[in-house]
Amino acid sequence: MWSVWHFLFAPGVFRDPFMLSTWEGASIVAVLAGMIGFFVILRGTAFASHALPKGGFAGAAAAALLGINTLWGLTVFSVSGALAIGWLGRRGRHDVVIALILVFLLGSGALFLNLSDMYAPEIYSLLFGEILGITPAEVRDTAIIGLVSIIILLLVYRPLLYVSVLPESAQARGLSVRRMEMVFLFLVGLTSAVTVPIVGALLTFSLMVAPAAAASYLAKRPGMAMILSVVISLASVWLSILLSFDTGWPVGFFVASLSAFAYFLARFATARRRAIFPKAHRQPAEM
Amino acid sequence: MLNSLWHTLFAPGFFSSSAVWRALSMSAAVAVVSGMVGVFAVVRGQSFAGHALGDFGTTGASGAFLAGLNAVWGFLGVGLIAGAIMDTLGKRAKERDIATGVVLSLILGIGALFLYFDTTYRNTTGAPMTILFGSVFLVDPSLLPFVLCFDGLAVLLLFIIYRPLLFSSLNVDLARAKGVPARLISILFMSALAMAVEQSAIVVGALLSTALLIGPAAIAIRFTHRPGKAMLVASMIGIFSSWMGILLAYDSYNWPPVNRGWPVSFFIASIILLLYILSHLRLRMGTRRGKKVLQEG
Amino acid sequence: MYLRSVANTAPDPVLTVKQVSVRFGSRRVLDNISLELQAGDFVGLIGPNGAGKTTLLKVILGLQPPDAGKVEMEGKVIHRGNSRVGYVPQKISLDPDTPMSARDLVALGLDGHRWGIPLPSRKRWAAVDEALAAVDALRYANAPVGKLSGGEQQRLLIAQALLTQPKLLLLDEPLSNLDIRSAHEVVRLVSRISREQNLAILLVAHDMNPLLGAMDKIVYLAEGRAAMGSVDEVVQSHVLSQLYGYDVEVIRVQGRILVVGGEAPLPVNQSISVWDEALTHVE
Repeated sequence: MWSVWHFLFAPGVFRDPFMLSTWEGASIVAVLAGMIGFFVILRGTAFASHALPKGGFAGAAAAALLGINTLWGLTVFSVSGALAIGWLGRRGRHDVVIALILVFLLGSGALFLNLSDMYAPEIYSLLFGEILGITPAEVRDTAIIGLVSIIILLLVYRPLLYVSVLPESAQARGLSVRRMEMVFLFLVGLTSAVTVPIVGALLTFSLMVAPAAAASYLAKRPGMAMILSVVISLASVWLSILLSFDTGWPVGFFVASLSAFAYFLARFATARRRAIFPKAHRQPAEM
Repeated sequence: MLNSLWHTLFAPGFFSSSAVWRALSMSAAVAVVSGMVGVFAVVRGQSFAGHALGDFGTTGASGAFLAGLNAVWGFLGVGLIAGAIMDTLGKRAKERDIATGVVLSLILGIGALFLYFDTTYRNTTGAPMTILFGSVFLVDPSLLPFVLCFDGLAVLLLFIIYRPLLFSSLNVDLARAKGVPARLISILFMSALAMAVEQSAIVVGALLSTALLIGPAAIAIRFTHRPGKAMLVASMIGIFSSWMGILLAYDSYNWPPVNRGWPVSFFIASIILLLYILSHLRLRMGTRRGKKVLQEG
Repeated sequence: MYLRSVANTAPDPVLTVKQVSVRFGSRRVLDNISLELQAGDFVGLIGPNGAGKTTLLKVILGLQPPDAGKVEMEGKVIHRGNSRVGYVPQKISLDPDTPMSARDLVALGLDGHRWGIPLPSRKRWAAVDEALAAVDALRYANAPVGKLSGGEQQRLLIAQALLTQPKLLLLDEPLSNLDIRSAHEVVRLVSRISREQNLAILLVAHDMNPLLGAMDKIVYLAEGRAAMGSVDEVVQSHVLSQLYGYDVEVIRVQGRILVVGGEAPLPVNQSISVWDEALTHVE
């Protein structure tokens, strides 16, 4: 029993000063990605949430070339990538445009990498995340921009929900479907920009998709789904940090596996429940 | 005068380098297969899946390396299995987007672990970069027979299911009502897609496999409404962009700031995006008046 | 006010469409359309596909500025997002697993356009439940929207549009995805709400038959032109032939009305292939 405890909570996992930044940074990312994820799932834009963090990687390479803060490069690339997707895409269908913007961003990333002298481990960490490399300064930046993103998200919560669920009605009530879509893509871009430098593109993507997808099967109300998504996201991240600290294996592997596991579990559990009690959720309607 | 212009366009040695010839012919083969499969991937709204299959290559290659297998089997195995899972989990459009996302994230996570093992126990670095960005100039000639074989298989499969695939891509309910086994066709197409994408990921890297799969096809279907012609046009656009890209990459060895050549993936991706934006603008201007008429009603 | 009502016994119209024309390029989509709706009127807006029904709705909602003419709502020129107009879209397209109850969906009609997250409020839910009760949807108020039947979803859309206490309800093809029985239920429901709340109704449909008996007036739209009046006045071979610009015949069989020859043949170069249709979803 004691040994299990020690395996999970290895000495130093909470006390080491560099681990403190890791816990803080990763938790902020988990909350932010879990919240945005709710809308990613509702609107079916998993591809954008994959492309923007990964494409932002080009921004990091550009920043390395110019010798400026990685965060700036990432913000410029992720956000302008998001806006380009909104500009070129039409009628809610964006997959072709996302693919092309993504390859263009990655292509320029390849160019910047070629021109600058970034080391392979740095690139690896941008793509797959490195939990031990988080500095307090990075946590501070992430916390500030993350908080701004959360405030914007809560501010547009209702109109974004409206245009996502009933676009025609929302338009009749004076909302612009296109503008709200732009705001949403902007938020995904901004979230990518602040989360990629500290946890890597893969982790951001995993956390924006899988926890919210799991929550959408389990929750019945939008607010509940968003809260549950944050809870699953936080739980996967915390457990992953512990496991990664113990094994030395990449944290991205644990987060991706745990959150995907939550998704499969939620999906098949609800599918089975439905198979046993079909339509048990409501009284017979006469229509 | 003419000679110097010629030399600016085609840097000396372009036509005599065997690496260039190999790059030109391999990229043409990849562009043709991607263009053909790509038309269906775009029409069926499977761009994300097509991209994901390319990304699976990282995991497949690092896994094969870890197990000491030929990389081809790693690419193909992960592509086919994960492709089948994505297809089974996602039946409606939104569900498909999410299922693709979750599977991609999981496979990338596993890839991160394999890479970690590769670097820890087998001491390789830079592997993810090579697989992600690839380089047509560095194709391992021993892989070519495999690549051509599976590319051929993908095209053959596409021709076999061509008509039911077209039918169920255009209107799945109608196709089902007429007795087309839409589920089976969907899985078979996903397999063809996986074979085509994995082979091009080996040759040109994951990045360009997506670019050549989606870009030329998306441009082509804007200009023609006939599927067969769209496949042909997409292949041509693919060949044109990759050859232009290879030429520019070769020329760029003499370009500032560092004389080490710009990556070919940058050129090809930029050319394709540029062509797509041009077709987008052309379509917009051409139909600003006509479009509303179609929407009316 | 008093003097006016003495001078004119007819009450002020809720909606006035005055000589509205809309042109897309060289095509006249709406050609000099005029109509008036009084409070409590149930009007069917009928016409074949491509007749301009959707455009007319957009003009009334303020989403499409007319090239000529104007639209007034209770004497004032309409503007976008008017809460006095309730809009019922054609259908809900939500996945069955969407985490949203019927009540949540309807609540969007109340304050979905406002900023911020909804704060817990008893008054808010009371208003939502009242709208649900008005469409007989209270018993599945907590069910997931995505799993409800087409008819049930249609009721929610109506409830959603009722929440701002509109004077006019616009329904865009509410019957086209329903079976005959559900369609009749929805028509009866709309008719009852119109009477109870003294609402003007403009219901768009391509088939007038489910509305016969329920609607007070019909607006028949064809080739961008409209005729308004009672069914007996408007649905006549000579009236409709004039609208279409070629001969059509009105046939009455067993209480049903058929308009024969009412669909203009598509010119060859305008025919839309299946391939085109599939491609409109790609971009």
